[in-house]
Amino acid sequence: MDVILFLIFAVIAVVCAINVVVQTHPISSAISLVGVMGSLAVLYLLLGAEFIAAAQVIVYAGAIMVLFVFVIMLLNAGAESKRGRSLMAQLLGAPLLVALLGLLAYFVQRLYPRSASVHFGGFTHGTPLDIGRALFTTYLLPFEVTSILILIAIVGAIVLARKEMD
Amino acid sequence: MDSFIVISLIKTAVVLAALLGALLYLQWVERKVIAHIQVRPGPYRVGPHGLLQPIADVIKLLTKEDLIPPYVNKPLYLAAPFLAMTMALLSISVIPFGPTIEVAGYRTWMQLTDLNIGVLFVLAVSSMGVYGIALAGWSSNNKYALLGGLRSSAQMISYELPLSLAIAAPLLISNTLSLRTLVEKQEGSILQWNVLHGPFPQILSFIIFLIAGFAETNRVPFDLPEAENELVAGFHVEYSSMKFASFFMAEYANMITVSCMAVLLFLGGWVAPWPARYGSSYVPVAIFAGAGVVALYHGMHPGRRRDRHTLPVFGAAFLAMAAVFLLPAVQAWLLPLFWFCAKTGSVLFTFMWVRGTLPRFRYDQLMGFTWKFLFPVAVANLLVTGFLVAWFS
Repeated sequence: MDVILFLIFAVIAVVCAINVVVQTHPISSAISLVGVMGSLAVLYLLLGAEFIAAAQVIVYAGAIMVLFVFVIMLLNAGAESKRGRSLMAQLLGAPLLVALLGLLAYFVQRLYPRSASVHFGGFTHGTPLDIGRALFTTYLLPFEVTSILILIAIVGAIVLARKEMD
Repeated sequence: MDSFIVISLIKTAVVLAALLGALLYLQWVERKVIAHIQVRPGPYRVGPHGLLQPIADVIKLLTKEDLIPPYVNKPLYLAAPFLAMTMALLSISVIPFGPTIEVAGYRTWMQLTDLNIGVLFVLAVSSMGVYGIALAGWSSNNKYALLGGLRSSAQMISYELPLSLAIAAPLLISNTLSLRTLVEKQEGSILQWNVLHGPFPQILSFIIFLIAGFAETNRVPFDLPEAENELVAGFHVEYSSMKFASFFMAEYANMITVSCMAVLLFLGGWVAPWPARYGSSYVPVAIFAGAGVVALYHGMHPGRRRDRHTLPVFGAAFLAMAAVFLLPAVQAWLLPLFWFCAKTGSVLFTFMWVRGTLPRFRYDQLMGFTWKFLFPVAVANLLVTGFLVAWFS
């Protein structure tokens, strides 16, 4: 059951991810990206990380992608036209892609040998309690630094917007 | 395992039927409430007191021509009402309506499924609900629809923040994310409900939740996405027939979800306001018997000619309901259900009451209100609650 669900949603995630690149209209790409986020959330859920799954949907699929769609709608961006690609990309694109994927697979295989592979539902530290404790003890510094980083981004955006207005 | 699947299927069918019936008649109730606020009778022609009006509306919507304008973005145009409807109906699956019950030897919860992250699930589903409206507005390829969709996305993103913060405060007190455990922690009397529970009563948080809930469901006074006099009808201007109806039903389903969440988070779910040993189990009997007697009296002295036949029937039905509430066999599951429905109904009535009394906000007022007032108040409320909970525990 778990394996079947994993396969279904992994395929959906990959197809949506390819669709993000293939689609010419920004809205269609954004919707495909929502599909990727949603299927990733299901994969997290299958592994037993329920809080991460919910956060994935709320933050990425719910908040960030809605902002993406909002901005695309606001700018009323039209479909992009496909221009002729360079000879280099046409010749080397596919082989390089295969090489990259092969390298990734090789390193994952080397770094995580079969004995340490993940199991469905095997991750039991995914409850909100565990996540909260980890964020405020083990990972306190990265957590706070990230929040300040986001604050800097917000302040920066406002400063840039004000310069335009004056 | 097999009995679990069968029970789940039966429960799903029951909940779905009840929900669709409620959606159908909520619309009738709303029209009646608004009508009486505006001193007019409301729907009156189809059936006694217009009771068959919703069915007539459904037949009308089903048989209407389903027009798809040639200039729309077809896949998204068709997907948007489906998306809105799915997301609106999905969150009802984690709402608990009552405690555990025993039917024919099987013990089960009056809830489709209990997630230990139930609150987050509802938040996630409601945050996905924006797509239905935003995409409907965009794919219609119409400037009014686009403006409506834009307004709705901006509004829902903005009001989701105070909404989430208002939800977080009672969760700090109850110390759980499961909706069922949340209610179990509020058991006892009205003083145990999160809206009055120590160390910091969540009245402020409850009001913020309600206001943000109004905005999330695009209800008056925050119904700017469909402001008729500015945007014709907003995001659903290009939709007709069942596609239009699904947006309509999604709005009402969202209203029910928000009301259920308000009841579960703040008003103690299916818990009675005071313990049964002080006679709280006789309240529904008294209410139904009183309603029955009043209906019978007015049937005897009819104000309108037709009332002579209809009101005694209603009176008898109410008295029968009162008698049912006295049966010990059904009290175990009927009483919690009554309290849950009574509380949810009161919140829903507030929705209609506000619609009947308040005018619409201006767009800049709407945004200023949430970012400059609601959000800071919600943050302050959460901070105070957090400090007090840490202090007293």
